[in-house]
Amino acid sequence: MDLNHAADVEAFRAEARDWLAAHVPATPLPSLETREGFAAHREWEALLHSARWSVVSWPEEYGGRGVDIEHWLVFEEEYWAAGAPGRVSQNGINLLAPTLFDHATDEQRARVLPSMASGETIWAQAWSEPESGSDLASLKSRAVRTEGGWLLSGQKTWSSRAAFADRAFGIFRTDPEAPKPHQGLTYLMFDLHAPGVTVRPIGRLDGKPAFAELFLDEVFVPDADVIGEPGQGWRIAMSTTGNERGLTLRAPGRFLAAADRLVELWQSHGDPADTALRDRVADAVVGARAYQLFTWANASRFAAGETIGAESSLNKVFWSQYDIALHESALDLLGPDAELADGAWAEPWIFSLAGPIYAGTNEIQRDIIAERLLGLPKGRR
Amino acid sequence: MRFLPTEEQSDFARTLHGLLAASDVPAAVRAWGAGDHTPGRALWARIAATGLFALAADEAHEGMGLMPLEMAGGFVELGRAGVPGPVVETAAAAVLLTRLGDEALAKRFLPGLAAGETSATLTLPGAGPYALDADAATHLFTVSAAGELRLAAGAGPLRTSIDPARRLALPDAGGELLAAGPAVITAARDAADWARLLTAAQCLGTGEALLARTVEYAKQRTQFGTAIGGFQAVKHRLADTLIGLEFARPLLWAAALSLAPGEVAAAKLTAGEAAYAAAMTALQLHGAVGYTEELDLSLWLRKARPLRDAWGSPSQCRAAVLQERLR
Ligand SMILES: Cc1cc2nc3c(=O)[nH]c(=O)nc-3n(C[C@H](O)[C@H](O)[C@H](O)COP(=O)(O)OP(=O)(O)OC[C@H]3O[C@@H](n4cnc5c(N)ncnc54)[C@H](O)[C@@H]3O)c2cc1C
Repeated sequence: MDLNHAADVEAFRAEARDWLAAHVPATPLPSLETREGFAAHREWEALLHSARWSVVSWPEEYGGRGVDIEHWLVFEEEYWAAGAPGRVSQNGINLLAPTLFDHATDEQRARVLPSMASGETIWAQAWSEPESGSDLASLKSRAVRTEGGWLLSGQKTWSSRAAFADRAFGIFRTDPEAPKPHQGLTYLMFDLHAPGVTVRPIGRLDGKPAFAELFLDEVFVPDADVIGEPGQGWRIAMSTTGNERGLTLRAPGRFLAAADRLVELWQSHGDPADTALRDRVADAVVGARAYQLFTWANASRFAAGETIGAESSLNKVFWSQYDIALHESALDLLGPDAELADGAWAEPWIFSLAGPIYAGTNEIQRDIIAERLLGLPKGRR
Repeated sequence: MRFLPTEEQSDFARTLHGLLAASDVPAAVRAWGAGDHTPGRALWARIAATGLFALAADEAHEGMGLMPLEMAGGFVELGRAGVPGPVVETAAAAVLLTRLGDEALAKRFLPGLAAGETSATLTLPGAGPYALDADAATHLFTVSAAGELRLAAGAGPLRTSIDPARRLALPDAGGELLAAGPAVITAARDAADWARLLTAAQCLGTGEALLARTVEYAKQRTQFGTAIGGFQAVKHRLADTLIGLEFARPLLWAAALSLAPGEVAAAKLTAGEAAYAAAMTALQLHGAVGYTEELDLSLWLRKARPLRDAWGSPSQCRAAVLQERLR
């Protein structure tokens, strides 16, 4: 067992660090959940891409560097430690791209991936519906066969960044007669500016239009934009949720950097007599390290050819709870300034609060852990 | 980087696991608690035969060299089985004598400790005042804050712990002076880190045993016409228990790899809290039968809290984590 990175990984770290030090904007970009911020973040993505840092783990032909997961984890550490901007393109990169690598045609990959890597096309995930949240398989939006493609109708909701995004990917019912709800679903991509699409931004808790509702009225999708076989949408989608909850949605680098900032805040604002709060700062330091090491162990399993299945649910519950606790500690340290909406910790705190809800709620994750990892009886779901 | 145990490391833990599963450890624990150390000593001899204690002593004195990673893996199994006795203390004493590098002392004590023929208990500066199982251990070492290593002549009256299998004693001041000076202080600091690390490992094993027993129980116990493990409130508590333990394990590995005080403290904090949480969940989900001493579950239930606090309470561990960070 060892925790040392090989020389090439450390060289890669140094290269990333140098580039980030020279390029990370000196003043933070405006919130990416605003029109102005979205545009600024898109430019940042283009800059990242120009030096091939936007998708380091992808093959070179699509704009990546073809590096393994260990390099990627190291890159993420450097990225967040440098205080670099949030990733406006993350839905596409973390959710759609893995699906394309596993299930798409070469033509689709060649067409979709490069503009995703450069931030030219920003993708939104259109899965949830007003009546289908945790019970996603009950979704009703449909795709009906037409000449050369499909016509989408129905309503999607909570689609992150769809207010300003370009395209979306989602699952639609193509066979309403199928015997089970998760059969007869098809996975496809569509244009958010196509005729028949209405996007209604939704303000999240702080009022920023971080997600949107999509109304679809006979939106045409060519056959070329169907991913995998029609009717196989559920299976394909589930391979994506594994990615989402597992290693790639939240790299430890993000939490290590946040814990460092919390320690700095403790040093500048902490009351030495407040040992309860000091203990929570220590817990944040330990939690980030635990998450990092847990991830390294999983990465080592990957490298040894193993796969990660229901174990990814352990990750998801851990980081989402961790994130809230860390941000609450920061607010407590700030005292009266915590309330200021433009404070450095305000928006991250708002963001952290959604962690236990998206990517499959923590209740659903705990069911998965209990049933698949502990072998407890399957309950009603 | 390959952050997983090697085959050899896993094999060693598996061997111990098999050996302990085949021994009637609960009977040895109950006897130990009643003051009869015979079955416990027999168990101890079988454990020592795997070479476990030799992992805390140098080769010149019948040891294998200091191998914290292997030893931590072994102590997870001791915790899982609920092995009684001053196992941590014996290893820590061996580390202290190995680190001290005093040839005469090493020759006098280490071969016996490494072979498991003798056992030891000890108190170290900055740790708790009580020596564990002074009535059962062959040697009782003390190190004073001033750096005097002594072989205590005796211990006062024994006090019982909330875990009946643990006996606590305040060593007599004085006794044979074995060594003194800064080298003792340094060696004692290393020994304390090892004690903390191995206690963390025992915590992890204890927590895993509590979870496994509770999962089994939840699958069998029916109420309202269904196994209680089918109820979401029950499932979710068990899921949280698993999360707590799974995130403690890699901290333990990293601590054993580096033995850096901050890492060791992080591992002890997390494993101790996770095991104690596992105990509370085990108690609740067993219902009233979990609140009895008759059920073997009680052997682990009562250990979780003392182990969480031994060799570094959560607040001491948090302080150590921050101290390293703020330096
Ligand atoms: C910030 C944010 C971003 C999002 N981004 C996207 C996106 O980009 N694309 C997209 O498609 N969706 C997105 N979502 C939606 C998200 O996936 C859903 O909110 C989530 O799946 C839960 O569905 P729901 O909100 O309808 O809650 P419900 O499913 O109605 O659940 C409500 C509550 O009931 C609980 N519950 C439900 N069923 C069970 C059960 N069987 N057992 C126990 N408890 C249960 C839930 O855990 C939850 O606490 C986003 C959500 C948020 C908050």
